[in-house]
Amino acid sequence: MNKYVLYRNFKGIGIHTVMILVTLTCLFPLFWMLRSSLMTQETIFTDQSLIPSGLQFGNYVKAWTEGRFGLYLLNSVIYTATVVFGIVIVASWAAYAFSRLEFPGRRFFYTVFILAMMIPLPGSFVPLTVLMTKIGFINSPYPWVRQLGYVLCMINVGLSLSIILLKTFFDQMPPDLEDAARIDGCSKMGIWRHVALPLARPAIAVIVIFNALNVWNEYILAMLLLNDIPGKPTIMPLQRGVMVFANAHNVEYPLLMAGLTIAAVPIIIIYIFMQQHIIKGLAAGAVKG
Amino acid sequence: MSLLSKNFSSHWKDYLTSFLFIFPAVLIFTVFYVYPFFETFNLAMREWNGISLMRPFIWFQNFQDLLTDGVWWQAVWHAFYITLFALTIQNAVAFMLALACDREIRAKNFYRMVFFIPPVLSEVVVGFVWKWILEGGMQGGQYFGLLNHFLHSVGLNHLITDWLSNPRTALTCIAIVHSWKGFGWGFIMFLAGLQTIDHQLYEAAKVDGANSWKTFWNVTVPMMLPVIVVVLILTILGSMQAFVLVLSMTNEGPGYHTTVPVTRILAAMTGTKQYGYACAMGVTFGAILIALSLTLKKVESKVKQI
Repeated sequence: MNKYVLYRNFKGIGIHTVMILVTLTCLFPLFWMLRSSLMTQETIFTDQSLIPSGLQFGNYVKAWTEGRFGLYLLNSVIYTATVVFGIVIVASWAAYAFSRLEFPGRRFFYTVFILAMMIPLPGSFVPLTVLMTKIGFINSPYPWVRQLGYVLCMINVGLSLSIILLKTFFDQMPPDLEDAARIDGCSKMGIWRHVALPLARPAIAVIVIFNALNVWNEYILAMLLLNDIPGKPTIMPLQRGVMVFANAHNVEYPLLMAGLTIAAVPIIIIYIFMQQHIIKGLAAGAVKG
Repeated sequence: MSLLSKNFSSHWKDYLTSFLFIFPAVLIFTVFYVYPFFETFNLAMREWNGISLMRPFIWFQNFQDLLTDGVWWQAVWHAFYITLFALTIQNAVAFMLALACDREIRAKNFYRMVFFIPPVLSEVVVGFVWKWILEGGMQGGQYFGLLNHFLHSVGLNHLITDWLSNPRTALTCIAIVHSWKGFGWGFIMFLAGLQTIDHQLYEAAKVDGANSWKTFWNVTVPMMLPVIVVVLILTILGSMQAFVLVLSMTNEGPGYHTTVPVTRILAAMTGTKQYGYACAMGVTFGAILIALSLTLKKVESKVKQI
């Protein structure tokens, strides 16, 4: 008996040692980023202690003003909110129709969305950029037109997966409530708005979270589609801004680390608050395949 | 007769209003996905600098050039290297951690929360943070990159190198950082899969006298097979197309020692203005990706039969 308890404790300690090591591996680079952001260009190359003496926050002030991080953050929030809102509306309309309504071509269009999910085409941003130039999104003199082009492209990026997830969810929902609403004389749009959408809340939460993460961290289309207009406030989102900032200050490490910290902190805070939903949503997706 | 026609027209009105629900999705999808998709194949067979009005059709010349493009195949090999690293080491670590977390251990939720922090960070941020850690320079007789400083202080001086500028280490460093960023995904998915396995199966195996190794191979692995295949396919598609880490850590250097296919496509488009060639690369690489996922699907069905 004693031997068994000893064995179990030993095993427990072994597991926890590994888990703590992995935890440190995950967190230490972020700690190092934070630490380095509180130093100066002189001390950073000579002082290697974990917590250096003479912490100072000047880099944050400089990064915020010189690096325009306030605007980048604001832009990212705007892009994320509009794209996610667009995806939820457009995808839930389509998914509701695919699941519940009857019309010719229903199966064909749904198959196309599924095929799009399964066929990767890495170079398609080339003709997309050409198209956006042709339509006039990329070189428009109005910042909002350029932003609209980016938002539409990003809605498209998240569309297929969101439609498929939502359709699967609608398929499993009992149709009784909708039938009741229909008998009461509710229109299709009314049923979508007042019955289907509120019932699909759990699935919509998953879609919101994953698309928000995806838009917030997106880089390539932001690089190709969003160029600043000279003399007007920047329209770049955070990731693009970090890249520009980093290439401009590639040897000023304390300043660069302050910029990176500003970029990383919001998403970490939101993640910690939402982690139950994020992990649950991902897990549900994994098990269903 | 009039009844029939009324019925007929109301039917079509019904179809039309139903179709309006999918219309915005179909419109956005056609303009921003379907059109670029087919246009990629069209451009892949043309020679075009992105501006000129002339886009001569040159059949498969771009693909022929691609066959002898050493840098391109180097890039493809690098993508395979990063992917193999992620498939084996990253997924093995994720699976073992998930197995450990599947037992009732303390602080399980804390570990789970921490392991998923790297995946929510952007590749741009992760790349520059690790670049600073792997920095190889010296100032005032001291290594200022954290890794080299650490190696120096524990006496492993012979290992010290400029990690991201050394052709022998740069790509492996990127593969490691990529796996550092990605293992949390696999961990969460494996853990979710493990928790759906019915515990009666384990008890039945115990009653039959199976040891933990046998239980693992005969209960855990077969039950987990669908989740494992999903994780493997997602790892392949994600790792083969990873490129933002390359842009932020090495920018394809030193030389072309860390170039990957997507950065090649980007360079052909924005750098040398070979739009047709860039599309040919995309089509070729897409075909490679599809072949890989189909092979994996086939292996899955073969394994299932056994």
